[in-house]
Amino acid sequence: MSVVFDRPHALADVSTHYCPGCFHGIIHRLVAECIDELGIEGKTIGIAPVGCSVLAYNYFNCDMIQAAHGRAPAVATGVKRANPDKVVFTYQGDGDLAAIGTAETVHAATRGENITVIFVNNAIYGMTGGQMAPTTLPGQITQTTPFGRDVKEAGNPIRVCELLSSLDGPALLQRVTCDTVPHIRDARKAILKGFQNQLEGKGFSLIEVVSTCPTNWGLSPVKAIEWLRQNMLPYYPLGVYKEVK
Amino acid sequence: MSEKVIMKGNEALAEAAIRAGCKCFFGYPITPQTEVAAYMAKRMPKVGGVYLQAESEIAAINMIYGAAASGARCMTSSSSPGISLKAEGISYICGADLPAVIVNMTRGGPGLGGIQPAQSDYYQATRGLGHGDARLLVFAPASIQEMCDLMTTAFDLADKYRMPAMILGDGAIGQMMEPVILPEPATRTIDKPWAATGTELKRAHNIVNSLYLQPDQLEDNVRARFERYVQIEATEPRCEEYLADDADILITAYGISSRIVKSAIKKARAEGIKAGLLRPITLWPFPKAVLKKHAAHAKAFLDVELNMGQMIDDVRMAIEYARPVEFAGRTGGIIITPDEILAKLREMEAK
Repeated sequence: MSVVFDRPHALADVSTHYCPGCFHGIIHRLVAECIDELGIEGKTIGIAPVGCSVLAYNYFNCDMIQAAHGRAPAVATGVKRANPDKVVFTYQGDGDLAAIGTAETVHAATRGENITVIFVNNAIYGMTGGQMAPTTLPGQITQTTPFGRDVKEAGNPIRVCELLSSLDGPALLQRVTCDTVPHIRDARKAILKGFQNQLEGKGFSLIEVVSTCPTNWGLSPVKAIEWLRQNMLPYYPLGVYKEVK
Repeated sequence: MSEKVIMKGNEALAEAAIRAGCKCFFGYPITPQTEVAAYMAKRMPKVGGVYLQAESEIAAINMIYGAAASGARCMTSSSSPGISLKAEGISYICGADLPAVIVNMTRGGPGLGGIQPAQSDYYQATRGLGHGDARLLVFAPASIQEMCDLMTTAFDLADKYRMPAMILGDGAIGQMMEPVILPEPATRTIDKPWAATGTELKRAHNIVNSLYLQPDQLEDNVRARFERYVQIEATEPRCEEYLADDADILITAYGISSRIVKSAIKKARAEGIKAGLLRPITLWPFPKAVLKKHAAHAKAFLDVELNMGQMIDDVRMAIEYARPVEFAGRTGGIIITPDEILAKLREMEAK
C-alpha cells in the first residue's frame, strides 16, 4: 500500500492550540515539508516568537528557541553567527515582526543576515485577544479600534515586503497566502526557496503569508477566507517584491 | 607565563574575554566602554570569533541570547543606559538558564546622566536587573588585573550555574591604563547537551525557553533555579579583607572606590584611627559571612560608594543591623577623595 499523505517528519506529532480555520496549521506543515524535502531537520534551529505561534517550539521536531517579543531576528542572528553551518529560521506574526520588532526585522534584512523568516500576517494580535496590529487594515474593527481603524488617529498599516524591498540586503521578499490549493502550492515553493537561499548563502529571505484569524475577526473559517480575499489581498498584493537570482 | 603589558582597561577586558574562550561579541557603541567593541572588532576576526555591531542594545543582548542558546561562549558590554535597555534580554537569559557575560562600565545616572565614572547601578545589578525572580553573578573588579582574572571566572561560573554573570566596572576602570599580566588562553571546553545546536536526528529536540504557562511548572522552575542560588550564596562569595582584623571602623567599598579607601585608611592609621576595609569582589552573592564576622569587633561601619548609598543596604542586612553604618559618597561622575573619607573617619572616631 502506498502512502499518499503523511505527517512531515519535522512536524511534531502533537495537537496544536490553533483555532479552527487559522492558517498557522497549514503554514507549520509547509515549513516542515520544506525542511523534510531539503533533509535539514537535524541541522535546523527554529526561533519561536511571542504571539499566537509562541508555542511553535512544541510543534517542530528540530531544535527550537523561544525569543522575546519581536527579537527573533536578533536571536536568529546570534544563533547563525555562532553556528554558520546550521539552518536558522524565525516564525513570527505581524505584531512581533512589524511593531515591537521592527528594528530587528529591518536590520537583519539590511545586513543580509543569512536566515529565513516566515512572517504570518493576519492583521491582528491574536494571542492577546484581537487588538490592532501594525497590519490592521484601514477601517478594520479590532478590540482597540472599536470604531474601525481611523488612520488619522491610529496611523496607517505597514506593508512589510514593500517596506523592505528598498534594502540591498534581502535575497527574497515574497508575499503568498493559503486560501486555495494553488496558493498553498505557491506558498510552499516560496518557503522552500527561502530555505534554499540560506543553504546557498544568499542571505535574508522573508516569506509573508497573508493569513486569517477567524476567532478575532469574528468570522467563520469560510467567511474569514472570503474576507481575506476581499480585504487583505487588495491591500497586501501577492507577489515577489525582491529576488536575487 | 605571560609577560606584563600596559593596557587600557576596556582593551584588557576584551583580550581577557577572548582568552577566556569568548567566541561571540555583540555590542552597541556607548561611552565609556566603546573601546571594548573596537578591540573586539579588530581581534575577533583574527581568532575565528564573531564580532557584530548590533542595531541596538536590545538587539545585542538578544543576539547574545541566541548565541548562548546555541552553545557559544559570548559576551556583550555596555554602560548604564545601555544596560537598562538590555534588561529585558537579561531576564530571558535568566529564565532560559543561559550562560553569558555582560559588562557594565558604569557611568552616572539616572537617565542619560553623564559619561564619567560612577557606581550608581549597584541596585540594578544586584537585584536581578530584569523582571522576575532572578539573579546575576556580579563581579566588581578594583583593578585591570583583577578584571582580567575575573573574566575567566565569570565565564566558568556562568557555564557552571547556567546563568548570566556581570562584570560591574566603571568608567575609571575601563578608561585607565595599568600594567597587567593577561591570563593564559582557556583550553577547557564545557559540554552543553541542552543547547539548540541541531538534533542531527540523533536525539529529541532541545527547546530553549522561559515560558511556563502552568503556574505549578513555573514555580517548580523558579524554585529549582533558587536552589542553585542558595548553593552559590554558600560557596561563591568573594571578599578582600584589608587591615580588617583589628579595625574599629570597617569601611565597605568595592571597585574603584575601594582603592581610594585604602589610601584613606593608610592616612587614618597614621593618625591612630584603626580603620580597615572589607571589599566585596562579588556583589551577588554578597559576602555576608565575612561582614558578619567582623561586626563582632568593629564598633562602626562606613560604606563608601560613588553613588548616594546603595550597597549600604546589603551591609546593614549582612551585619543584621548590629552596628551603626554611616555613608560617604560622591555621585554624578565625581570621584571621592581620600581626604573626604578621612574627614568622615575622624568624625566617626570622635563619636
